[in-house]
Amino acid sequence: MSTAWTTVLLVGLGTVLLKSTGPALLAGRSVPPRLMSVLGLLAPALLAALVVTQAFADGRALVLDARAAGLAAAAAAVALRAPLLAVILVAAVATAIVRLL
Amino acid sequence: MILHSGPKPLREGARAILPLVPAAFAFGVSFGVLARTAGVGRLAAIVMSATTFAGSAQFAAISVLGAAGGVGAAVAAALLLNTRYAAIGISVGPRFGGSLGRRLVESQLIVDESWAVSVRPDGHVEPGVLVGAGATLWLGWTGGTIVGAFAGGALGDPGRLGLDGAFPALFLALLAPQLRDRRPIVAAVLGAAIAFALVPLTPPGIPIVAASAACLLGWRRG
Repeated sequence: MSTAWTTVLLVGLGTVLLKSTGPALLAGRSVPPRLMSVLGLLAPALLAALVVTQAFADGRALVLDARAAGLAAAAAAVALRAPLLAVILVAAVATAIVRLL
Repeated sequence: MILHSGPKPLREGARAILPLVPAAFAFGVSFGVLARTAGVGRLAAIVMSATTFAGSAQFAAISVLGAAGGVGAAVAAALLLNTRYAAIGISVGPRFGGSLGRRLVESQLIVDESWAVSVRPDGHVEPGVLVGAGATLWLGWTGGTIVGAFAGGALGDPGRLGLDGAFPALFLALLAPQLRDRRPIVAAVLGAAIAFALVPLTPPGIPIVAASAACLLGWRRG
């Protein structure tokens, strides 16, 4: 098997396992309230980390590029309670414009 | 607690993710193109998008292959990036229902974006919304990969359209309603700080996984 296909197969299998463990083993179970309270904070912690890595990381470097302008524009749109589509459009347009400059 | 996902949450998920589908499609196209330049065949690239369905991990794997890295390094880089899906899977797992086969299939639709739009402001996840959003995004991502693998670079660079700026914007927009009181705000600040601190120090993927540890703040209140 070629290098490419071996990689596709192994990454695919590993990802299936990572994604399905929780839904396969925990479905329908009740979760202790303390654990629920922990898992309830997963969303803000992970979303904030995704904002940081998607806007400021380039491999292992922290960079300030056009994406930061897009994020600032998105923050303004969120503050103005714009709908999701508008937030995303404003961010993409701001990113594209700053990249052109 | 087995929840029925009727057509209503599925539609809600599809609608919620729709604004992001053009960006996912465009990145699917660029994945198809880059995979070819990294020596990955058309079919292998399309199969990878359809089965792995995790953009950052796929780009990481082919960039290692393109730089003549080995299978081990490519697989490790991709799976490290996907470790966060184990954490997300554990948090949403109890809400899933139906047969094991159905749960195995539906859980493959877990990606950052589908999970993010299905999180309610109280932190609960609606699995039907996640599945509807995930399936819609999967169509865009896999369809984009097919177009990229065959049409090549004729469609241009999604970066020029600012589409890479769409993803942090989505996560920010979904984070904002979570920040209603002190505890989620502290978790978000801590998660962001961990990510900032670790990006220069660790391989990609680790900062996000480590940031999820900020949710352990919740342990203090029983």
